[in-house]
Parts: sequence; C-alpha cells; structure tokens
Amino acid sequence: MLESIKHPWPWYIAGPLIGLMVPLLLIIGNKSFGISSSLQHLCAICVPANIPLFSYDWKKEIWNLVFVAGILLGGTISIQFLADPHPIIIHQALRTELSHYGVTEISGLLPNQLFSWSALLTLKGIIMMVFGGFMIGFGTRYAGGCTSGHSIMGLSTLQWSSLLATCCFMVGGFIMANLILPFILSL
Amino acid sequence: MQTKETHTDFKVRSLDTIGTNESVLKHKWYHNLKYLMAGILFGILLVKSEIVSWYRIQEMFRLQSFHMYGVIGSAVMVGIVSVWMIKKFKIKTIYGEPIAFHPKPFSQGQIYGGLLFGFGWAITGACPGPLFAQIGMGATVIVVTFLSAMAGTWVYGLLREKLPH
Repeated sequence: MLESIKHPWPWYIAGPLIGLMVPLLLIIGNKSFGISSSLQHLCAICVPANIPLFSYDWKKEIWNLVFVAGILLGGTISIQFLADPHPIIIHQALRTELSHYGVTEISGLLPNQLFSWSALLTLKGIIMMVFGGFMIGFGTRYAGGCTSGHSIMGLSTLQWSSLLATCCFMVGGFIMANLILPFILSL
Repeated sequence: MQTKETHTDFKVRSLDTIGTNESVLKHKWYHNLKYLMAGILFGILLVKSEIVSWYRIQEMFRLQSFHMYGVIGSAVMVGIVSVWMIKKFKIKTIYGEPIAFHPKPFSQGQIYGGLLFGFGWAITGACPGPLFAQIGMGATVIVVTFLSAMAGTWVYGLLREKLPH
C-alpha cells in the first residue's frame, strides 16, 4: 500500500482530489480556494506602507496563511515519508534540449544546476529565481488570482474572467518556455 | 467625472480579496487547524502529482506531456460538479451558514497580469502554491523566489492606481 503511494500519482487520481479542495474549503468555513492572496496578506502584515491594497484587517484572512503553512508542511511530509526512491522520468526531447544548456543532472523535482544557492550568484539564476518570482507575485495580484484562484476556483464557478485569465497564463507560459527561456538558459 | 472615478475605483477594489470570505461567526483560534490539515493535504497532492516539478511545467508548455492538462482539467471538472451540487442542494457549511460565491469581475489585469504570471510560471516552474511546497521539500533557495513574489505583489500594490484595469 505504502509502496504504491510513494510512486508519482497519476493525473486521474491527483486531479479530482485537487478539485475536491474547492468544496472542502467552502464546507469547512465558506472559504474560496486561492493561494496568491496569501502574498497580499503577508505584505499587509510586514510592509503595509499605507498602500490601499495592504491596508485592511489581515487578521480576518489568517485562515489563508494557515492554509499555505499547511502546504509547506505537506511538502516536508511528502519528502520525508512519501518520497519516490526512483529518479524522475521526463520526456526525451526535454532531456535532450536541457543537455544543450548543460543541464544534465535530472534528479529530484527541480534541476539543481538551475535552482540552488550557488546558481543564485549567476545572471541566469537571478533572472530565473528573482525575476521569475517577481513576475509571479506581480502578475497574480494584477490578474486577481493564480492557478488555484482563477483556473480552479474561478473555472469551477464558471467565471468568464477566470477563463480569460487562465488563457493568458497559458499564452504567457507558452511564449516564455518556447521563445524566451531558451535564451535565458543559454546565458 | 466624479462618478466615473468612483466607479473605476470600485471596479479595481472589487478585484481584491479584501472583504471577501467574511463571516459573521467568530471562532476560537483552533478552528484554523482545519485549514492547516487542508493545506497539508493539498501540499502532499502538489508534490505527489509532481505539479511542483519544474520539468512537468516545461513538458506542459512544450506539449510533451498530457499530465498537467489532465490534472488541471479533471480538477476543474470535479470543481464544477461540486459547486453545482452545493448550489442545487443548498449545502451549508459545517456551522450551518449558507455558502457564498464571489464573482470575479472582468479587468484588463487578467490579460496583462495573466501574461506576466504565465512568464513567471514557465521560468520558475512554480505557481504560488508549489512555491510553499518546494520550500517545505527542502529547496531552501526557493525562499528567494518566494520573497521576490512578495516584492512583486507589493510593487503591484504601489503602482496599482497607475496601471490599466
């Protein structure tokens, strides 16, 4: 039993379970599923600076921070107790493409050659980790949600605005991965 | 002119999460533990389905794998059916409150912000949820990405009045 849990979960198991987060949060406390708001609440706690977007009673939204703390713990539990001992299997074309950029160690869930403290000191690392993170934070708040708030919660409640946002997430991702990222990786 | 300004401001503000999820019920602190449990469950799902993997995100945007499309598509299907059932059978929360849904109004931010987030998603291989899960997995350097995301949110707050919505 535990052995089969340790394997990567197929989409038809994981996807429906993720979908069930929507009714779960609604039923246990009338909460709309969404993660990117937690970044806004953290700004409101740490550096509100009289900015209207961060001037509100964040204590009412504390559930969201408890929820993301749970996600972090969930990550730790998965790695400590449910980790897959086998190396990750990736598409051969991706493996070949990455090898052109010198990314040859395909292990874990993130390429260590791109995401590590030593990589952070390179131009490539700064663009990928610092600039990439900045775009996640700026973009999600500007769009009013992320993959969870728009693509899952918003689409579940049949919001046209969430469909528009999701399409733009995908278009942005396709442009970056296929047209811009090759340049960044070859730096 | 005055009314137009007020209207724009309302439209911008209603995009925020401020004021949503409000409940008249007051609960003791330990009621938040249920959100911790839900978060742990979601974190495990993110890791075990490999949504937190940079490689899976690259495969998605290169159309090399169906996995991510399957995960998101089936999650949305289950979400739609769940929300439909909650509305149809007027299901209440465990505290007996009626369940409320908050519409997300249209904004140009969904285009500009959406594209920007798409760029960030494809570079880092992470959306906000996986950032937390990756840190929990021991990828400590992702703290930098996370702090940058906080900085991005903050700068958006600073510039919001000047941006098209």
